[in-house]
Amino acid sequence: MNRESKERIEEQLNGKPLWRSLDELADKPEFHQYLQDEFPLQAKAWLGKMDRRSFIRYATGTLALAGLAGGCRWRPQEKIVPYVKQPEDEVLGVPVSFATACTSRGPAIGILATSHENRPTKIEGNPGHPASLGGTDAITQASLYDLYDPDRSQYIRNLGEISSWDSCIFAIREMLLKQRENGGANVRILSGTIYSPTLHQQKQALLKMLPQAKWIQYEPVTRDMARQGAVIAFGQDVQPVYHFDKADRIVSLDSDFLMSMPGSVRYAKDFADRRRVREDMTEMNRLYSVASWPTVTSANADHHLAVKPSDVEGFALALASAVGVSAQGSLPASVPRGWFDAMVADLKANGSRSLVVPGLHQSPVVHAAAHAINQALGSQAVTYIEPIEAAPTDQMKDLAGLVEDMKGKRVEMLLILGANPVYNAPADLNFKEYLSNVLFKVHLGNYVDETAGECIWHIPETHYLENWSDAKAFDGTVSIVQPLVEPLYAGKSVHEFIAAMMGEPKLGYDIIRGYWQSQEQIGASEEKWTIALNEGLVAGTASPAKQVTANPRLQPEASGAKGMQILFLPDATIWDGRFSNNAWLQELPKPLTTLTWDNAAMIAPATAKDLKLDQNDLVNITFQGRTIKMPIWIQPGMPADTVCLHLGFGRTAAGALGNEVGFDTYALRTSQAPSYSPGVTIAKAGGIHQLVATQNHHAVSGSETMDGRDVVRSGLIDEYKKNPKFLNPPKDEEPDALFEKPKDYQEYDGYKWGMVIDTSACIGCGACVTACQSENNIPIVGKSQVQNGREMHWIRIDRYFAGGEDQPDTLFQPMTCMQCENAPCEPVCPVGATVHSHEGLNQMVYNRCIGTRYCSNNCPYKVRRFNFYKFSAGQPDLDPGNYDYPSLQLMANPDVTVRGRGVMEKCTYCVQRISAARIEAKKAGRDVKDGEIVTACQQACPAKAIAFGNIADAKSEVAKQKRQPHNYTLLDNLLTVPRTSYLAKLTNPNPEIKS
Amino acid sequence: MGQIFSPTTNTLAKLSIYGAVVVPLGILFGGSAISRSPYNTNVGVTLNQPIPFSHKHHANELGIDCRYCHTSVEKTAFAGVPPTHTCMSCHSQIWTNSPILEPLRQSWRSNEPLIWNRVNKLPEFVYFNHSIHIARGISCNQCHGAIQKMQVTSKGFAFSMKWCLDCHREPEKYLYSDEAHPNMTPQDQALSLYKKIQSGVELTPREEALKEGLPYQATAAEIEKGKELVAKLKVKKEQLADCWTCHR
Repeated sequence: MNRESKERIEEQLNGKPLWRSLDELADKPEFHQYLQDEFPLQAKAWLGKMDRRSFIRYATGTLALAGLAGGCRWRPQEKIVPYVKQPEDEVLGVPVSFATACTSRGPAIGILATSHENRPTKIEGNPGHPASLGGTDAITQASLYDLYDPDRSQYIRNLGEISSWDSCIFAIREMLLKQRENGGANVRILSGTIYSPTLHQQKQALLKMLPQAKWIQYEPVTRDMARQGAVIAFGQDVQPVYHFDKADRIVSLDSDFLMSMPGSVRYAKDFADRRRVREDMTEMNRLYSVASWPTVTSANADHHLAVKPSDVEGFALALASAVGVSAQGSLPASVPRGWFDAMVADLKANGSRSLVVPGLHQSPVVHAAAHAINQALGSQAVTYIEPIEAAPTDQMKDLAGLVEDMKGKRVEMLLILGANPVYNAPADLNFKEYLSNVLFKVHLGNYVDETAGECIWHIPETHYLENWSDAKAFDGTVSIVQPLVEPLYAGKSVHEFIAAMMGEPKLGYDIIRGYWQSQEQIGASEEKWTIALNEGLVAGTASPAKQVTANPRLQPEASGAKGMQILFLPDATIWDGRFSNNAWLQELPKPLTTLTWDNAAMIAPATAKDLKLDQNDLVNITFQGRTIKMPIWIQPGMPADTVCLHLGFGRTAAGALGNEVGFDTYALRTSQAPSYSPGVTIAKAGGIHQLVATQNHHAVSGSETMDGRDVVRSGLIDEYKKNPKFLNPPKDEEPDALFEKPKDYQEYDGYKWGMVIDTSACIGCGACVTACQSENNIPIVGKSQVQNGREMHWIRIDRYFAGGEDQPDTLFQPMTCMQCENAPCEPVCPVGATVHSHEGLNQMVYNRCIGTRYCSNNCPYKVRRFNFYKFSAGQPDLDPGNYDYPSLQLMANPDVTVRGRGVMEKCTYCVQRISAARIEAKKAGRDVKDGEIVTACQQACPAKAIAFGNIADAKSEVAKQKRQPHNYTLLDNLLTVPRTSYLAKLTNPNPEIKS
Repeated sequence: MGQIFSPTTNTLAKLSIYGAVVVPLGILFGGSAISRSPYNTNVGVTLNQPIPFSHKHHANELGIDCRYCHTSVEKTAFAGVPPTHTCMSCHSQIWTNSPILEPLRQSWRSNEPLIWNRVNKLPEFVYFNHSIHIARGISCNQCHGAIQKMQVTSKGFAFSMKWCLDCHREPEKYLYSDEAHPNMTPQDQALSLYKKIQSGVELTPREEALKEGLPYQATAAEIEKGKELVAKLKVKKEQLADCWTCHR
């Protein structure tokens, strides 16, 4: 270990040690053993019963007999099946993109969906859409998997038996006509939150036909409390829209605006735009975060405090009174006074360029206080609009009302449209029990889920890539959702279902077009309609800002409770459970914990010590008389005395992948405490449940972790202003070169592809990982294989902690193949399966690879991935979710090989995109233009932290970034000369606050 | 004491010594000959097709342009196989009662596609793009053989990797400019070769080889001109032979 270098990094980080997991911080021997093993636990990989000697015996026999069969090959005759009538504008082999909107999580995110021969194969952000600006999040990327999921509901079912649409709609009509006699007083309709103007109109029409009926909206993750907060502040329900581009000082009150709010993709871009430090741009914004659970927002903050959920309210009230709003409340003891005063002074000094953002799960008072503070500061960075929900209501109260009605047997007909209350309703409502009081129950949904199993009828719902619809984005902009493919199964959209039920069956297109026919933004104009479809949004639909005045009475609501608090949050990847069966999201390491395929009870290291709990220990968590058993995950950066539970796991009818994964935390959640509450007890239950996190996998530099290698560089913007090169100090040691001199391709005069990743802009959300998975046909491997360190992601996000375990700083570093000019993997390959291209790509030739894995062994960045099994075709403990399933074959990108067993693979810089652009440029007799090639990770990145292009062209964006003084390459002392470089992370802490 | 070995053993011993050399060589050469023979490569082997479509008749005798049917050959990776509709644009008027066209009419009536047996196939791991080859002036016949002479289409060349690399490593041996039409774009030159063949004008030895679907050894002078063309078209030879140009 090179002590001097290590000290230098620690000096940069103000003397804080850098670590990736608590095991590493504690310097446990198990951790070192783990790092020593190139692929941990591989000795246990042999799944068969055969021993080694018999294996060799059979292998020899096979080889001998192979000679007999070697000369004969029976290749099947391939067929060519052309069209009978080829559509005029169809050019086979050229993918087409359509503008539409992803509505998987509710509010629309504008996307461009790519279609290869009429099968959607990739989702990209729509640069013209305000909620996307070209970026997406991991959930949007992975929503493609939902379309092809083999476990999707495929048939209309009546009491579990396959039935037909005609008999289903006949039965519903018959019941409906009967119910109409008393105005539908015993009819209830339950749906998710409505963001679609057309659906809202259909709802109005239905309620006109059945005036006594009730339409309830329920989703487990709502903006109920934000709504109540707005009512306290303004006397009416309005929704804030934030403008991070105008905010110099931001305070997050337990908000995760970078990842889990409507508009997050946009917010991430606006936020990151203010942190992209360049030689000529050194003014950064400053983010203060007060968080009850470490999120990517708190990880990107310049100052972060971990406080108990209930303390956020005290903090908000104290901040309100400090800026001159009349409020009662005192600063919680967990917030240092000096820290708070310095922050308040900073906010006041920046006045209208300050912004306070409350978290959706925080109490109404916090929201009201935030509105009042923003008004007192005169913040220009927030405007208020009508809520984007078509009919905002108090969802929890409405659901409780429905259950009351079911209990009183006042519900005879219940239509559940796309909701899954049997699984996700609060435990105290006993939804499932009272549902049995309803005789006629119909479920429309993507899956035969927990609710479908309790209903008489089930109708498969179409995916958003299969149907016509419309939806509002976070700022009110409406997108028309257009289909790319006919429904794969007998699916109906919610619009078609309601129309048919009301006796006016129509095609989805006619319903949506019909609605917009009556709207002034489009009307009868076919031209405007076509433009709206082409652009992916209806022009002029963004909600106008409303003038509102905050005049709240701010009184503390949360009792400043002592003792343990429980906090419920949606999961970072599978959200409220609706994506449980999505293989890509289940395997995506969650941003802060790097957990995959599980949820756990998150507690702080200090709390773990108090309770004498260790990682993976099973505990009984008791809250309001209900108990669940789940494992413990000790998370640095959690506030003490808080247990955080993520929703969406432990499902019983999600599908083959999602069933029995993790633990059902809805079993503890009540309608009175949907967010956080005191009064929870944790007791050791005995036994463990192995959680699988990727935080220790693929440690850069192999045998020893961070020792002596300044891989993650981070520093203060004030230092940078004084000396922009301060993170690139001159080397005091001789480079430890792997090779003597450069090769001929380094003098090549053509393109030189390169990449720069700006770690100041990267928020660590994981959208790039999923985008890469989709673009490059990367298989999933399942929990047991992730445990063995065999996840196949070509790009990973390394997450480092700096400082103590209680409130560490967090640093994210996306890692792809570095495409080293002197690639250490190349000389060790015995068969020349990995060689260099003249344009500087480290090529991996699958057909030559015999699987020695020497290359991976010699890679100091650990970015190579080996197919230990035929992962692409399913494997022993995880059959669905892979490319051998007929429906999933349709999902594959035809321009990328689906790899087989026994070959190595790694990031290619999306060489299929390079090839396509290069061929087009050659045909046009020109050079590839800067920005013409966009890699999948670069495209998906909401923060636009990745630049790619030709570094030989001095004017290209990537070359400009490489000339920045804080540009550095990893392990440059090895002289591998990576083509991927990083811009060091710069932070802008308040000089008045000493950490 | 009697002899252990009979005199014939001497012959056997000699035979086995020579055999030890000759037999493996024979297996090697024989095996390689078989693997390069049409038995393995299917070069020149016709396949049963639903309709015995003749390129000779359509492309040469009638002079229909390649792009009439292979519409996307200049635009994309795939040349494109014509839909039934394309055939019916003529055959709804002519040869309307021909029995060999019955499957075509059947397809048109029933809206069921014709199912052809694939003649030219590259391994799955090869990503070939027609459009860039046409744009560089590579004639169809360069890879597909004497297509204008084929009554029933068969493979012109075995698509071995070495065969591809011959050109990708030394494009100057294969790129040429038609001296009779110096202003023609490489693309037009490639596709108008058939018109030249039909018109019966005298062909250069290179064009003659293309016409017959035979390999051609460029002369030193032609290679020099090829080098000029490579420079003029800004062909990056090094990049052409990189693995990821075709495999990825």
